[in-house]
Amino acid sequence: MDWGALHTILGGVNKHSTSIGKVWLTVLFIFRIMILVVAAERVWGDEQDDFICNTLQPGCKNVCYDHFFPISHIRLWALQLIFVSTPALLVAMHVAYRRHEKKRQFRKGDQKCEYKDIEEIRKQRFRIEGSLWWTYTSSIFFRLVFEAVFMYAFYFMYDGFRMPRLMKCNAWPCPNTVDCFVSRPTEKTVFTIFMIAVSSICILLNVAELCYLLTKFFLRRSKKAGNPKHHPNHENKEETKQNEMNELISDSCQNTVIGFSS
Amino acid sequence: MSWGFLRDLLSGVNKYSTGIGRIWVAVVFIFHLLVYIVAAENIWKYEHDEFECNIKQPGCENVCFDHFFPVSHISLWALQLIMVSTPSLLVVFHVAYREKRERRHNRKLYRSPEEIDGGLLCTYLTSLILKMGFEIVFLVLFYKLYNGFKVPRLVKCDVRPCPNTVDCYISKPTEKMIFLYFLVATSCLCIVLNLSELGYLIFKYSIKCYLKRYIKKRQ
Repeated sequence: MDWGALHTILGGVNKHSTSIGKVWLTVLFIFRIMILVVAAERVWGDEQDDFICNTLQPGCKNVCYDHFFPISHIRLWALQLIFVSTPALLVAMHVAYRRHEKKRQFRKGDQKCEYKDIEEIRKQRFRIEGSLWWTYTSSIFFRLVFEAVFMYAFYFMYDGFRMPRLMKCNAWPCPNTVDCFVSRPTEKTVFTIFMIAVSSICILLNVAELCYLLTKFFLRRSKKAGNPKHHPNHENKEETKQNEMNELISDSCQNTVIGFSS
Repeated sequence: MSWGFLRDLLSGVNKYSTGIGRIWVAVVFIFHLLVYIVAAENIWKYEHDEFECNIKQPGCENVCFDHFFPVSHISLWALQLIMVSTPSLLVVFHVAYREKRERRHNRKLYRSPEEIDGGLLCTYLTSLILKMGFEIVFLVLFYKLYNGFKVPRLVKCDVRPCPNTVDCYISKPTEKMIFLYFLVATSCLCIVLNLSELGYLIFKYSIKCYLKRYIKKRQ
């Protein structure tokens, strides 16, 4: 299973997330993806082979298995994880777009550009404000929607979160009602409940992060509305600090800049 | 199956793409390749072993499986992934050729070897058209080979050496159908992305061309 590549992509987004976002990412990788790969696959590995029906009628087992498991738990979780991780890409793309714009400004030699080195642009961490705030908030909203949809789909398809030991099947070509036995029902129930619990924790973390971002947004707005005079000074202080840092960096990296511009 | 090479190729292509191109790479990577590796491969893993016919006649099951699945869904899916990712190599080769030329002549021949203009634009547009073509071809192939995108639970087989018409049961038909529809949806999305990228590039460069001519005329 190739989740390593997803880990690489999402790891990059980690830098621009809030603290709650970082916790969410950790929970996702350790308690969901790792558990899925390391444990759940082993438990569900023999699900069809060891699904046994009390009949010798050829085809009955196949049909009953298909009837009770339209889509396997493990595949549904894999899809859920893929869909839930995807909104973070929106943030990654937005950050990449901003970096691209800043690099273009830098290459044009724009006086407004406060960076002295292209490496600085690459390593810079963007604050979650302005349009990036909207992208980030939308990504959290989509994550919530996907989590909820998949949890509901799970509940709807399997009539709850318990895995029964015995299922009664009378789909054709089974001659009459036939008893079919699921392999490892208790272990599967334990893992199902574990994954549902972790999904719920992820939903709570996303809700908390959403509330945090909204609170921050409204506080910032009320600050701006209340103190319009102080705001430019505050910005100027930050700019002077950044300029001082840039001068220090430029002094030590003079050759790099000359080499690049030629 | 080692898809690491395809993953590296797609990441490399990302550098020379437009914004829509990057979205296309992300969609192919996550919804096509990752879903294939993580889920689809396992569903179709034992498809032949789990294909069961209501008969004890030796050879009948083999012959019926071969009759109904001349090329397995999963093999077609893998082929589609490879064919759709390959035209991007044209762009990579062209950029490498440009950089080699600049090194050979030891001076700057292009504004930037990676910028999509002139010859590279034609290569890029060709790769887009090829990608779209392959996606459409594979979708049509899927449709024609399997009479639509449905996977039936039961197929009736009367190929020799099966003595009469025999019932054969396909394993996990519903799960296979769900993932096939997922594949079709992703392919359609990729075709739409490629079309918009094509439209965007043609529009952008025709405006550029028109403006250049207009400025020349005024001068």
